[in-house]
Amino acid sequence: MNRFFASRPGTWAGFAAAAAVLFGLAPLVLSGFRLGLLAQFLCYAIVAVGIGLAWGRGGMLTLGQGVFFGMGAYLMAMHLKMADAAFRNGPGAVPDFMELAGIRELPAYWAPFASPVFTIAAILLLPTGFAVLLGLAVFKRRVKGAYFAILSQALAGAFAILLIGQQSLGGFNGLSRFRYFFGYNLDDPVNQQMLYYIAAGVLLAAVAIALQLRRSRYGELLLAVRDAEARVRFLGYDAANIKTVAYATAALFASVAGAVFVPIVGIISPASIGIVPSIMFLLGVAIGGRATLLGPVLGALAVYWAQTTLSEQFPSGWVYAQGLLFVLVIALLPGGIASITALAKRIPTKRAPAEAAA
Amino acid sequence: MNTIALTCTDITVDFDGFKAVNGVDLELARGEVHFLIGPNGAGKTTLVDAITGLTPYTGSVTKDTPGTGAVELRGKKVHHIARTGIGRTFQTATVFDNLTVAQNLDIAAGAHRTPWTLLRRRRHLPETVTATMDRIGLTGHADTPAGILAHGQKQWLEIGMLLVGDADVLLLDEPIAGMGHDERETTGRLLHDIAADRAVAVVEHDMDFMRAFASRVTVLHAGAVLATGSVDDVSTDPRVQAVYLGTKETADAHTA
Repeated sequence: MNRFFASRPGTWAGFAAAAAVLFGLAPLVLSGFRLGLLAQFLCYAIVAVGIGLAWGRGGMLTLGQGVFFGMGAYLMAMHLKMADAAFRNGPGAVPDFMELAGIRELPAYWAPFASPVFTIAAILLLPTGFAVLLGLAVFKRRVKGAYFAILSQALAGAFAILLIGQQSLGGFNGLSRFRYFFGYNLDDPVNQQMLYYIAAGVLLAAVAIALQLRRSRYGELLLAVRDAEARVRFLGYDAANIKTVAYATAALFASVAGAVFVPIVGIISPASIGIVPSIMFLLGVAIGGRATLLGPVLGALAVYWAQTTLSEQFPSGWVYAQGLLFVLVIALLPGGIASITALAKRIPTKRAPAEAAA
Repeated sequence: MNTIALTCTDITVDFDGFKAVNGVDLELARGEVHFLIGPNGAGKTTLVDAITGLTPYTGSVTKDTPGTGAVELRGKKVHHIARTGIGRTFQTATVFDNLTVAQNLDIAAGAHRTPWTLLRRRRHLPETVTATMDRIGLTGHADTPAGILAHGQKQWLEIGMLLVGDADVLLLDEPIAGMGHDERETTGRLLHDIAADRAVAVVEHDMDFMRAFASRVTVLHAGAVLATGSVDDVSTDPRVQAVYLGTKETADAHTA
């Protein structure tokens, strides 16, 4: 079974099945409201693919993916607000929330976001470039383990606080009330479904990129750095560069996810990108299985789905269930739910140690 | 006939006033298995750490490569020193447990690969990898995860990783620690085999192994070189005997 999915036709079959479920089955069986929720969870799953790569394969506990998610989201939100203002009051007009806050002149750094091309380029390049600089600065100094985790988490906290103080970015309330997405009316259910398809397409693309990275020589090297960084350096590799590639890829995924998230959910505020949301990103990855390809995706979808449906019925109970689930997985299945099959495989070899040693 | 591959001049490693290595001169020649011996705390591993760029030091280390000439290594980063062809192993064999033997060697062979090559899947094993697996006796284990290899096999794999990486100066830290008699013999023959066109330095405690396989011996004591020469020269040296037989006063008197 595993061997089949590792082969080339198996890979295509796997992607075809996933596409059939995401593009065919889900829109048929889910209501518009549920499909919108799924679209939102798919965005979280895109972040999870990146965390799986950086943390599961690269050993970098990225507790601050909210920074990159938030960057992508705010960059997209700025463009949507500019487009709205231009639609109502002509090019170069001040967005509505600024009028309410008493800002009459458009801040200079907002102006380029009138251009969709500039916005998309910024979403792809800005957070990734920031991650490259940060990664090189941190990994060249051999900051790792808990220190790296704390640093990345502090960054998420600082980023949220910074945004709260920026009136020209909506402050505590963030940016909301978007009417158009590249000219398409966001109130139209057809366009909402299109956004779902975009999220699903981006997720499949992210999984495909992660799969290629895992199967490449780079993927083996990343695993080697995770397990014995000193050995890799003494073989003549710069381990910091290897880690930075995975970290920047995770940042790119988070940024694109944030950018797709904004038109789907209709609001982005500091509350969705700070420390707590950053830890939530990680939760699904840990529960699903961080070192596997699909564990983070399924884990993220399951956690957010359970959070929504259970909190509809037991408003206060879900938090406890979530905590319990996390404790159980960490205590009993440190590799996540995806490691159950690997665990089952190990049991027979324990009975025949002679065979394994031979 | 034997060309010098690595020259250490006046190496001193100072840990906050404690001189773990104190003015050591050392030459490693191609074609020789050069043993570094000495009691615990003599500075053997610290010297290897200094040469490979892990520990700061004063003095000079130059690597001589045929064709490119002499290069000063002091102040270079660990991975730059490794790329000049200096390979080391660790006291506990450090291999990539979750990767197979073939993958371990393939990584070790690829420090010069371009990003484009790295981002693609490996189609077939490089010839150097298959040849090296044969040389270290692990051909049958190509697809075995390194984590479940026997202790001795891990040590051989780590040496093999230096060979495919084209290291021509090998610094091996206790390569036979924990090995059985047959494995020691195999390892000793392997060391002489690979030393034919390389310089091999071995940090070792085992005197029988040293007597059987050393082409040259340097004895370190309290961070300084006590004696250097052939096995016979060194084992008849009264200062060395004093250090190993425990009459400490005489040894101190001679080094002072």
